Amino acid sequence: MRALEYLRPETPEDAVAALAAHPEARFLAGGTNLVDHLKLGITAPEVLVDVRRLPLDTVEAYDDASGRGLRIGANVRNSDLAAHPLVRSRYPGLSRALLAGASGQIRNQATTGGNLLQRTRCVYFQDLSTPCNKREPGTGCSALDGYGRYNAILGASPSCVTTHPSDMAVALTALDATVVVLGPDGERRMAIDELHRLPGDRPERDTTLRHGDLITAVELPEQPVAARSTYRKARDRASYAFALVSVAAALELRDGVVEDVRIAWGGVAHKPWRARRAEAALVGRPLDGAAARAAAELELEAAETTAQTAYKVPMVRNLTALTLTTLAEDDR
Amino acid sequence: MDADITLTVDGAERSVTVDTRTTLLDALRERLGATSPKKGCDHGQCGSCTVLLDGRRHLTCLALAVAYDGSEVVTADGLGTGGGGSDLHPVQQAFLDHDGFQCGYCTPGQVCSAVGVLDEAKQGHPSLVTDDLESEVELTDDEIRERMSGDLCRCGAYPGILAAVREAAGR
Repeated sequence: MRALEYLRPETPEDAVAALAAHPEARFLAGGTNLVDHLKLGITAPEVLVDVRRLPLDTVEAYDDASGRGLRIGANVRNSDLAAHPLVRSRYPGLSRALLAGASGQIRNQATTGGNLLQRTRCVYFQDLSTPCNKREPGTGCSALDGYGRYNAILGASPSCVTTHPSDMAVALTALDATVVVLGPDGERRMAIDELHRLPGDRPERDTTLRHGDLITAVELPEQPVAARSTYRKARDRASYAFALVSVAAALELRDGVVEDVRIAWGGVAHKPWRARRAEAALVGRPLDGAAARAAAELELEAAETTAQTAYKVPMVRNLTALTLTTLAEDDR
Repeated sequence: MDADITLTVDGAERSVTVDTRTTLLDALRERLGATSPKKGCDHGQCGSCTVLLDGRRHLTCLALAVAYDGSEVVTADGLGTGGGGSDLHPVQQAFLDHDGFQCGYCTPGQVCSAVGVLDEAKQGHPSLVTDDLESEVELTDDEIRERMSGDLCRCGAYPGILAAVREAAGR
């Protein structure tokens, strides 16, 4: 590991300035992903700017010109967010997504901002002896012809076929979260769908953030449908494993007809995948398993699979149908 | 780059100079002689390095020591009321009573994690297998298995571990 200069600024503004001043600096928060990467040599910064103790650790309801909702500080621990009374009652799908991720210890350590910025668990990204365009641009993608069970089926490119590993981000995508970013030029907001990106020919870039940008909060708008949200995850073990595929969904019915529906998928793409075509196909119609499967099929028309990933198509289709029909039953 | 840090380890305040690259686990084991937390995978996958950090179960292999300057660490060795572990913590006694281990390597992490599980349940924190997120937590066997899933045991002593945590939970 390269020698490390360690800085612990006391304000978000100072943290952004410290990072922006060093091209080879990185933010450190909970460290559950970054410390591992330092050991593995996946990243070798000269400077670490520790933001874990910045006062960005509260969850509070807001009611201002932008509307009403819940503002989650970037340093709120995953376990605290999952257990927060307002999250459990108003955004249960977010609680469940958080609780589906990692282990009890890691959830006590990992932060909201860090969870969003965790990197792929592709075995080749983590293995320095193999080519990987995300780790070393231009070297090639070992996953194209290698171990590919976890590969993407939507929005991949010839340069990268990996998936985003977060559970939390999938729920936030379904629930229309906004990400608050403090950069060298000040604060700005973006829809979470605009934070993560598809790989294209720049797979080294997971997000649209620029050097010096610090996520300071995530905002969840108040919306009735969010109170009827949930999260389901298919994986190789019953617990403590990354998703093969996952579904975050929220559903509001009126007289058995879909009034509002949100669907986002994990494990299928380089970013959490908001299934807007499937949502559009369901609104205004009665909900049953067949309708949910048909809607998922519509979204999956663009899927590109290999022998190793073909299973993901029926898996995400059926998991979507199971998730939505369960929500519909709970609504009765 | 070196940094001077102070930690409270099992009740004693300890100061040490560490390279900024040192993990909390290495600082505890190699520099402060606290060898109860074990280095298993060193990548956050096995749980054997678990301690109570500022009161909550936490991995030490994925933490840089410098970032936790001023923190309080309780290892399995410091859980007992006797300070050095002479007087066993109820969770430790339950692990003994139910054969919650074979080789013992993962045990300090399992014990710290179990103490954390009991505390989280007391605070009403739900888990993935909690049906009603807003109900009181009852530590059923399924709940215990889910909440302890971050602690691997290669000897496969899980039935004993489950029984130990069940007893410590008062069931």
